[in-house]
Amino acid sequence: MSPVSTTSSRVIYDALKASGIRLMSALPETWLVHLIRMAEEDPDMILVRLAKEEEGVGISAGAHLAGVKSAMLMQNHGLLASINGIVSCAQLYRIPLLMLVSYRGELGERDPWQTEGGGVTEDILRALRIPFAMLEQRDHVAQRIADAQTLALASNKPVALLLRRALMVEEEPAREAGRARGAGR
Amino acid sequence: MRRLDALNAIYSRLQDRIVVTIMGAVAAELQSIGHKPNFFYLQHAMGLASSMGLGIALCRPDRQVIVLDGDGSVLMNLGGLTTLARYKPNNLVHVVFDNESLLSVGGFPTATSTGSDLAAIAKAAGVARTATVTTIEAFTRALDDALAAGELTTIVAKVEAVGPSTFVTDLSLLENRFQFQRYLTP
Repeated sequence: MSPVSTTSSRVIYDALKASGIRLMSALPETWLVHLIRMAEEDPDMILVRLAKEEEGVGISAGAHLAGVKSAMLMQNHGLLASINGIVSCAQLYRIPLLMLVSYRGELGERDPWQTEGGGVTEDILRALRIPFAMLEQRDHVAQRIADAQTLALASNKPVALLLRRALMVEEEPAREAGRARGAGR
Repeated sequence: MRRLDALNAIYSRLQDRIVVTIMGAVAAELQSIGHKPNFFYLQHAMGLASSMGLGIALCRPDRQVIVLDGDGSVLMNLGGLTTLARYKPNNLVHVVFDNESLLSVGGFPTATSTGSDLAAIAKAAGVARTATVTTIEAFTRALDDALAAGELTTIVAKVEAVGPSTFVTDLSLLENRFQFQRYLTP
């Protein structure tokens, strides 16, 4: 498996902190391991490890009403698992909800079990009328996270950032190139 | 016991605490007794009232939070009990009114009617303090004990499957939401 980028994870984490995020809910997934560890090691961050992603919508709603800025970290399949909570809690009650979603199943995906969710992720977000942007290069991460948080707070609605492979996964070592044949990159 | 009578019995304890309820009969009955700015009614998103309560409890350790849940809602988010137990907020009391049915959608029986024991499930999830009560007196005492103990507690209150004739009240969802937020963050 290709290594998850610690550097990119740090850039994302620092941007979340700079946006005032004080609570993160998360369900572990490979691309998020460093981010979750950073939250765990940060004494100023409340980290809530979930059993299922939809819980995170309720926790973020409670945090918002209590005056604390929060973010949800999840895989795109976790987004799919959260849809009723997003619609019936965050949208119904106009809760700003910053969602960082690892975008599995795109070009380059090697795990067969991740391949179906990638094809529906953007259409689902559009159907839910959730504004979203890609995080794919380190140099725009800080601005896009700040902008996403600004829009979420101004609109009192969910906003999603999709974490892409180019940002989250380090360059693959040459010895893996043979195994990646047919993977499209 | 009737849930409305149970709510009346504990109403004085709700006055200066943060209260999050589920939809349907619980919300309508509490409002019929008297709405307060510190009451939030999650009128949909079944299962997430306890998650909201957890979010508030973690962010406001200086305040006590009471979640008024139901068997149908808890059954939709059993995993949430493990998350509650994992973080053990000592300022949260989780009340589950168990009428063994989905009353607001026609009264179809839930799994608690066929033996599923929510207090035992909460205990097995890791909630150290749990109780099942069947009378007003025992319910009031269990709530007072939990509030005094300052430890995460799940109280399952067995209630009759009866409720109000209508679940729609004159309090708009968004009015409730913004009033509650202003109460929490003046």
